Amino acid sequence: MSLNAKSITVRVWRGTETGAFHTYTVPRFESQTILDVVTYVQRELDPSLSYRFACRVGMCGSCAMLVNGQARWTCRTHVSRVLVDTDVLEIAPLSNLPVIKDLATDMTVFFDKWAKAKGQFQGTRTRHETFAQVRPDSAERRAADAGIECIGCGVCYSSCDVVSWRPDYLGPAALNRAWTLANDVRDTNQLERLRAIAGDAGCHACHSHFLCTERCPKTISPTAGIAGLKKKVGRMAAKGEL
Amino acid sequence: MPSSAVTQARAWYWQRISAMVLTVFVGIHLAIMIIAIHGGLSASEILGRTQGSLAFGLFYTLFVLACAVHVPIGVAKIAQEWGHVSPGLARWIARMLTVAIVGMGFAAVWGVTVV
Repeated sequence: MSLNAKSITVRVWRGTETGAFHTYTVPRFESQTILDVVTYVQRELDPSLSYRFACRVGMCGSCAMLVNGQARWTCRTHVSRVLVDTDVLEIAPLSNLPVIKDLATDMTVFFDKWAKAKGQFQGTRTRHETFAQVRPDSAERRAADAGIECIGCGVCYSSCDVVSWRPDYLGPAALNRAWTLANDVRDTNQLERLRAIAGDAGCHACHSHFLCTERCPKTISPTAGIAGLKKKVGRMAAKGEL
Repeated sequence: MPSSAVTQARAWYWQRISAMVLTVFVGIHLAIMIIAIHGGLSASEILGRTQGSLAFGLFYTLFVLACAVHVPIGVAKIAQEWGHVSPGLARWIARMLTVAIVGMGFAAVWGVTVV
């Protein structure tokens, strides 16, 4: 679809787990994002539309939705990038999560799994001690760096086949968080964390389909982190330390 | 009793190790089959080469063992994910498969290389 088009046809999911797509016509603008389209619908056409956003600049991770069948961060996705082989936008709530209303999903399970994966940093130093020194070029620091920019948008979780097959699976985001902490030399909760993320619903459920890696808007590779966790857990199990 | 974490970690590395073995063995197996049937080959000709051969016996014994490790772990995962069976039933299916593969596999190895 070219910019010469004066308007976009957009189908937006209305309802909860049950509902239907409603069709709207939205004016086409230059550099228009998917979030701009949704905002136009809500402000100009139908104020009852529910959706979630905050920063609009790709930092907060709250505006992810299913755009033409693919999970994306809507504030940084231009309409022109989606309307390549089609003239119709279809916007739905993220899959693999319960729908509260319209485009807003309930992220409770998603973040509960971060807690289950022991995603909290646990150190020993207090504010009265000096800072820990971690060399930026150390292997652990570089491994943690590769996954640390996660904004918790849920795109990877929504895209993951294994989550759709096994709802108890911790998912790529929680495991990516665990991987960054597994490489944090200051953290003292390592054994408990590895015990929490191993097993049937943990890192061993991942089939390395790479959908999370392909879709992550921050170009993080949770697949690589999960593979790292599998190796770490495998080594500990072989030594009888798990 | 090992925890689920330990069981899954062991299953993971055993499946990887057996996969490495199978990658090499399947390649050799296919290469032998393709080379052996050049110009046609009868059952008696095959048995003539394999019977009494220690190399064939050892090769296929290891092949059967690698299959007996690799297949049940994978099938148990598939049964849980796509068949939605309980972990207990998946384990039972895996054990039955191990018995079947070891039983039928060694019977075949015995029949082709010893009898």
